[in-house]
Amino acid sequence: MSDAGAPGIQAGIPAGIQATTGTGIRTTNGSLHRQLGLTDDEYARIGGILGRAPNHAELAMYSVMWSEHCSYKSSRIYLRTLPSEGPHVLIGPGEGAGVVEVDGVAVALRIESHNHPSFIEPVQGAQTGIGGIVRDILSMGARPIALLDPLRFGPLPVEGIADPATAERNRFLVEGVVGGISSYGNCIGVPTVGGEVVFDPCYSGNPLVNVMCIGVAPIERIMLARAHGPGNLVLLLGSKTGRDGIGGVSVLASAAFDEGSETKRPSVQVGDPFTEKLLIEACLELIERGVVVGIQDLGGAGICCATSESAANAGTGMRIHLDKVPKRERGMEPFEILTSESQERMLVIVKPEDAEEALATCRRWGLGAAVIGEVTSSGRLEVLEDGILVADVPAASLGDGPVYHRPAERPGEAPPLPDTEVAAPQDLAKDVLALVGDPSLCSKRWVWEQYDHQVMLGTVAGPGADAAVLRIPGARKRIAVTADANGRWCAADPYLGTCHAVAEAARNLAAVGAEPIAVTNCLNFGNPERADVMWSFAESVRGLGDACKALGAPVTGGNVSFYNETAGRSIDPTPVVGMVGVVVDAGPPGIAFRRPGDLVVLLGETRAELAGSEYLRVVHGRPGGLPSLDLDRELALGRVVRDAIARRLLASAHDCSEGGVAIALAECCQAGGVGAAVVQEEGLALHVWLFSESAGRVLASVDPAHLPALSALATAEGVPMSYLGTVGGDSLRLGEEADIPVAVIQDVYENTLPSAMKHA
Amino acid sequence: MTPRVAIVVFPGSNCEQDVLQAFACLGIRAEYVWHHVTDLGGFDAVVLPGGFSYGDYLRTGAIAAFSPVMDAVREYADDGGLVIGICNGFQILCEAGLLPGALRFNAGLKFICRPVKVRVETCDSPFTSQARPGEIFEIPINHFQGNYYCPPEVLAALTAEHRIAFRYEGNPNGSAGDVAGVLSEGRNVLGMMPHPERAVDPAVGGTDGRIIFKSMMAAARGIRVRAVR
Repeated sequence: MSDAGAPGIQAGIPAGIQATTGTGIRTTNGSLHRQLGLTDDEYARIGGILGRAPNHAELAMYSVMWSEHCSYKSSRIYLRTLPSEGPHVLIGPGEGAGVVEVDGVAVALRIESHNHPSFIEPVQGAQTGIGGIVRDILSMGARPIALLDPLRFGPLPVEGIADPATAERNRFLVEGVVGGISSYGNCIGVPTVGGEVVFDPCYSGNPLVNVMCIGVAPIERIMLARAHGPGNLVLLLGSKTGRDGIGGVSVLASAAFDEGSETKRPSVQVGDPFTEKLLIEACLELIERGVVVGIQDLGGAGICCATSESAANAGTGMRIHLDKVPKRERGMEPFEILTSESQERMLVIVKPEDAEEALATCRRWGLGAAVIGEVTSSGRLEVLEDGILVADVPAASLGDGPVYHRPAERPGEAPPLPDTEVAAPQDLAKDVLALVGDPSLCSKRWVWEQYDHQVMLGTVAGPGADAAVLRIPGARKRIAVTADANGRWCAADPYLGTCHAVAEAARNLAAVGAEPIAVTNCLNFGNPERADVMWSFAESVRGLGDACKALGAPVTGGNVSFYNETAGRSIDPTPVVGMVGVVVDAGPPGIAFRRPGDLVVLLGETRAELAGSEYLRVVHGRPGGLPSLDLDRELALGRVVRDAIARRLLASAHDCSEGGVAIALAECCQAGGVGAAVVQEEGLALHVWLFSESAGRVLASVDPAHLPALSALATAEGVPMSYLGTVGGDSLRLGEEADIPVAVIQDVYENTLPSAMKHA
Repeated sequence: MTPRVAIVVFPGSNCEQDVLQAFACLGIRAEYVWHHVTDLGGFDAVVLPGGFSYGDYLRTGAIAAFSPVMDAVREYADDGGLVIGICNGFQILCEAGLLPGALRFNAGLKFICRPVKVRVETCDSPFTSQARPGEIFEIPINHFQGNYYCPPEVLAALTAEHRIAFRYEGNPNGSAGDVAGVLSEGRNVLGMMPHPERAVDPAVGGTDGRIIFKSMMAAARGIRVRAVR
C-alpha cells in the first residue's frame, strides 16, 4: 500500500506481485483459447509476451482485446491511409471520438455499429448501441447534443413480398430497433435529429444498426483517456458490474451468424437510460469541477479495455482490485469481472486529494462510484482479488494486438451490369408513385416521430431535411450533420460506390448551406477472412480516402464492423459516411416548394444514367450498376449552392439523388403542399431524364427576380443550370405525360411505412 | 422587481435547460432547484419540467411524486403559488394528487414527438390570461404516456368549472375529452402535455408557447407568495 495511499483501498497486497509467476497466477491448458476466439498463433504470441502461459483471466483479457471489434486487426493497415488532417481538426483518429473546432467550440463526432446485438435482441441492441456511442463522446469531455441512426433492414411485409416469414421477422426488428432508440435516446435527453432507413434483401439476416453522436465542449475542457500520474486513483462510475455481455465483442461482434445465433442472447447487454443520464451529468460536473485527470468509457471488453488503454496511452501502469468493483452478484470469476460489458459505466482518474469530492458528486447524482485501483509506474496491468494477484500483463500489450494483411482478391466475375434499355413507361404517374411508395424512398415519419428530435432547443432542421442543422451552445455558427450510404452501389463497385456516399453526404450538407469539415465512418462488411470481402473493404477505404481528400473533409475516426453475414450470406458492402459541416449564416431554405410562381431549376447535369437507379430496381427489378462521379463537379456544385443560400437566393434546395428528378420533385411538392409544372430537358427520353441518378445535382426553387444572380453564380463555377418549370397548382405535372395530385403523392409518401408496419 | 422562477430538477429531468432558455427569451433568469429542497418560499413561480424522472421506471411520475421537493410544491400550491407541470411535470402532479386524473399510454402505443394544435379553453387562469378564448396554438408534444384519463363525472366537473385549459385539435394520443392541459381547483396549478418551452424561438418551433410564460409572469407580479417557514 506504500505507493498508493489510497482512501478506500484496504486490501493487503502481497510483496513481489511483479513476479509473473507469483501467488494466485494459475496457468491454463492450451485448448481454451480457441473457444475464446483466439488462433493458435495469437495464443503463442501471448505466451511470448508474458514469458509463460497465460491463466484463464489473462487469456480472456487478450481474447476480447485482440478481437476484431477491439483491435481492428484486419482493417488497421487500410485505415492508416485515410486523410485525417484539416484546418478544423483538433483530435483525429485513435481516441474515443474525433474532435473539430467550430467557431471556438470543440465538436466531437463518432459513429458505431450495434448490428449483431440488434439482430439477436432488437430493443436492447439498439439501446445499448446508443449508450455506447454517447459514452464515447462523453469520454472526450463533451456533452452529447445529437444522435443520428442509419438503419438497414430486410424487406417489410408489403404486397407481393416473396418470403412473408422473413418479412414478418424484419418488421419485428424494425419495431424493436426503433422502439429501443426511442426509449433510450428520449430518456437521456439527447435529440435524434437524423439518420436513414433503408430496406434491402441483403440485410434480412443481418440488419445494420449504426448510431452517430455529436457532442460539444469548450475547447479547453476536452479530455483524453490518459491515466497519468502514478499514485492517482482509478474510479469506476455508474452501474454495477454483472455477468451480462461477457464476450460481446468477441462472441457477437467478431464472428458470423449461423442457425444457433439465439443462443448468443446472453452476450447481449441490457440498457438503463436513466443511469446513463445520471452518468452524463455526473461526468460533466466532475470535469467542470476540474477533478478529472483522465476519463474513459467502458464499452466493449469492459474494465479490461478501459484500464489497459488509459494506462497504455499515458505510459503508466495500473493496479486494479476486483473486490472493490461494485458487483451485481456474488461469485463472479475474475475473467467475468474484467470482461463484463455491463452498460452505463465510466472510468475516471483523479488525484487522491480530489477523490472525496468526486465520490460526493456522484452521490449527489445518486450514481454509484467506487475507487477500484491506482495508477502505477510499472507499465503493467496488475489485477488483484482480495489481495491475491490474478492477472499481470503489460498494459500496452492488450491494445497492441496482431495486425493482419488478410488476402484480398477481386472476385473473379464482376457483378453483371444491368440492361438499362427500357421502354418508355405506359403510365408514368404509376411509376412515379411506385417509387414514392417504396419503403426505402417513402417518408420515414413513422420512425422519427417516435424520436425526441427537439430537446435542447437546438434543432433548426431535423429529420426529413437533407441534413440536420443544429445550433451549438457557445458558438454563433451552426453545424450540419448527415449520414449516408448506398450498399447497392458499393456492391456494384466498392470504390466508386463509397466515393458516391461521400459525395452525397457533401451534397446533403450543401443543400442546407454547409461546408464539410469532418467525416466519421462506419464500415459494415462481411467476413474479413474471405478474400472477396477483404478486397471490397480495401477498395471502399481507398474510395473513402480519395473522396474525402478531394472534398476537403478529413476523416477523424470511425468504426469497422466485420462479420455481417448469416449462414454464409454476406451483406452488401455498406460504408456509412457521417459528415459534419459548418453552415453559412443563413437558411437553411428547406426542401419544400413554397411560393407559386417560383421557378424550378436544376443545378448540375443529367446524363443517361439509369444504371443503379431506384427506377430500374423498383419498377423493372434490375438492381445492379451505378452512375459515374466527378468529384470536381461536386465541389463546384457545393460552392454554388452554399453561395446561393448565403445570399438568400433560394426558396428551396434539395439533393437530387435516389429516384432522380422525379422523386426530388415529388418530395419538394409534398413537403410544401404545392404542385409544379415541369417540362423535359432536350436530348433525353422523358423517363431517362426523370429517373437517372446522375450525381452532382441539386433541385431548387427560386424567385424569378433572383434567377439572374443564381445563373451568374452557376456560370462562374461552370455548373450547368437548367430551367425546369414553375411552382404552382395542386398537382405535379410532368410534361404532357403525367399529372399527379399533390394530395395523392402525400398520401402514398406518408402512408407506406405506417401501413407496412401495421400488424396483420 | 424581476420575478423569481424555480425549475425543479429531478434525477432524469431533461427539459430543465430548455425551460431555463425559454424564460431567458423573456428576459427572466430562472433558477434550478434540486429535488431535495424542502422550501420554495420566495419564488414567484415553480416549474416541473419534462423528462424521465427516476427513469419513469415504475410509472411515469410515480417515484418523483414522493420526492422531498413535492411536499414543498404542495405547500407552495396550497399557498396560492403558481405551479406549472410540463409533460413529465404534469404526470408528477397527477401522481402527487395536485391535479385530477392520470396519463396513460398513448392510444397508438407509440412515442409521439410532433407539433400539435391546441385550443385555449379558458383565459381565466394565470397561465392563459393573455391569450384569447378559442385561440389555437401550435406547440410540440413529446411523450409516450400523454393519454389523459379521468372518470366521466370528473371530466364533466372539470368542464363545468372551466378547468380544462387546453384541448387538442385532432387528438394525437386518445386523451379523454381531447384534454391537453388541466387546472387545479384554485386555478394556480396547471399540468399540460405539450411543451411550451419548445415554442418560444422562431428558429426552432415557433413562438406560440411564449404567451403561457408571459401570462405567468404577469400574474406573478400580482401574487407574491410569502416565504414558507
